[in-house]
Amino acid sequence: MASTAAARGPRLGRLERPALTGVLVREIVNYSSYWRSSTFSSTVEPTIYLLAFGFGFGSLVSQIGGYDYVEFVGTGTVATAVLFSSAFPAMFGTFVKYQFQRTYDAILAAPVDTEELVTAEALWISTRAGVYGCVPMLVALVFGLDPSWGMLSVPGIAFVAGFGWANFGISIAGFASSFENFNYVVSAVLTPLFLVAGTFFPLSELPEWAQIAGNLNPLHHCVELVRHAAFGWEGWTDVARMGALVVFGLLMWRIAIHAMTRKLIN
Amino acid sequence: MSGELAIRLRGVVKRYGTITAVDGLDLDVPEGTCVGLLGPNGAGKSTTMRMLTGQAIADEGELEVLGFRLPEESKQARAQLGVTPQLDNLDTTLTVEQNLLVFTHLYRIGRSERRAAIERALAMANLGERRDSRVDKLSGGMRRRLLIARALVHRPRLVLLDEPTVGLDPQVRQELWALIDALRAEGTTILMSTHYIEEAQRLGDTVLIMSHGSAVAAGPPSKLVAEHVGREAVEVYGPPAKLAEVETAARAAGLRTRRTGTSISVLGIEAADGRAPEGERRPANLEDVFVLLTGEEIA
Repeated sequence: MASTAAARGPRLGRLERPALTGVLVREIVNYSSYWRSSTFSSTVEPTIYLLAFGFGFGSLVSQIGGYDYVEFVGTGTVATAVLFSSAFPAMFGTFVKYQFQRTYDAILAAPVDTEELVTAEALWISTRAGVYGCVPMLVALVFGLDPSWGMLSVPGIAFVAGFGWANFGISIAGFASSFENFNYVVSAVLTPLFLVAGTFFPLSELPEWAQIAGNLNPLHHCVELVRHAAFGWEGWTDVARMGALVVFGLLMWRIAIHAMTRKLIN
Repeated sequence: MSGELAIRLRGVVKRYGTITAVDGLDLDVPEGTCVGLLGPNGAGKSTTMRMLTGQAIADEGELEVLGFRLPEESKQARAQLGVTPQLDNLDTTLTVEQNLLVFTHLYRIGRSERRAAIERALAMANLGERRDSRVDKLSGGMRRRLLIARALVHRPRLVLLDEPTVGLDPQVRQELWALIDALRAEGTTILMSTHYIEEAQRLGDTVLIMSHGSAVAAGPPSKLVAEHVGREAVEVYGPPAKLAEVETAARAAGLRTRRTGTSISVLGIEAADGRAPEGERRPANLEDVFVLLTGEEIA
């Protein structure tokens, strides 16, 4: 017997828009069922950081690097909010969808490849990070941060940084064999990067080697860019920082695709 | 039957480390037919299903689905393929309709046809009245029906059903059989894996019996029965000692037997000429074929 003649149609390529849209629609429809809790935690968490540090520390140190401490922390915690709304949901969400809900089995049985699945998931998470990332700055505006035109670029900065961290989280979920593995990543990678990013104190106070190492921390570039967006750009330095975030994002994107392909296709 | 193959596998091998899950499998699914893949747990049915959707990559052999070579053209094949997985992976916090809506997008149904596609799937699965219910509020049977309906939104040419009724009670199972039969009547090609003999026998135009990763027999259920175990069997009940005695005697008389746990079946007695023991006569069935060919007991 002959095999059925294939109804060829257009040859399906890589990173097709309908495939990305399909995965995004699934996320958006799901989001309609949990946006309240997600928005609540993404708003309340950075606000607490801002209030605790801004007013706690702020009563000891009124000025830092030429800024009011509330201004310093209010812009710095944008990066914290980006990290919290990208790396963490990516790690846990990906693992749950893979391991417990088996969502990815259903999606990959449709005309969607792993590359498209990972890309769409990362785009969705980074879009959310772009929005939620602005919350601390908006709160800081209430507490006396002066508005500026540069602030309009903050969602974009948060999106680019969020794309990298989303892919970082997806990669970790791809390599992890159990939830417990996440503890190592949170303690050994995310916590130090989060603390030594120039969010709560400037890196210029640290020894020189730590300052150099700080430049390898994408979160630090995010902190600096947001601050410069609010208080004034620093020319090529900022271009280089944005470049670093883009490289970080692209690198993590390819790693995430590799990790998830290994996990999902075997 | 159009005479063309919707699925064609030749010498397919799939290894996981030292375990060979699928070991030289040949499988033909002609267009417009329903083929039952029958085998015990661990026979390689699910691995075969995963290879057909490109989620497992074969180590050796040729795979063609709807004329597309796998794994290279798997995405094209998947566009015309509907898949019902063994494990429920619906989005449980979404409604019935939202679950279907998501899949109209994943299967690239144009905006103007989406509504009709959802309505058709709802009608097929008889879930019209529950369209606004959240999935976690549905019964097990409804969830299964939705899982099948979700695989049908894009009118696939071929449907893969992986253990469609596993773990469901008999009423619900019959309900699903009716749904699968309706699909078959529409001319959709179906490959269904199952470890329930009755399911394969009722729904399969042909049945392929798998054991340890390869096919041990294939054909229409009635033909398999006639070929391997004859027309009639006699079932003898009794204490273990008596069963052993009957078994020895029947084998000495050149008859084939199989154990069923509580009884012993002596097969092919229509040609036994008085050598058959006393007991309950019954028509031979697919289970006899299965146990005889694989030496394994299944449900």
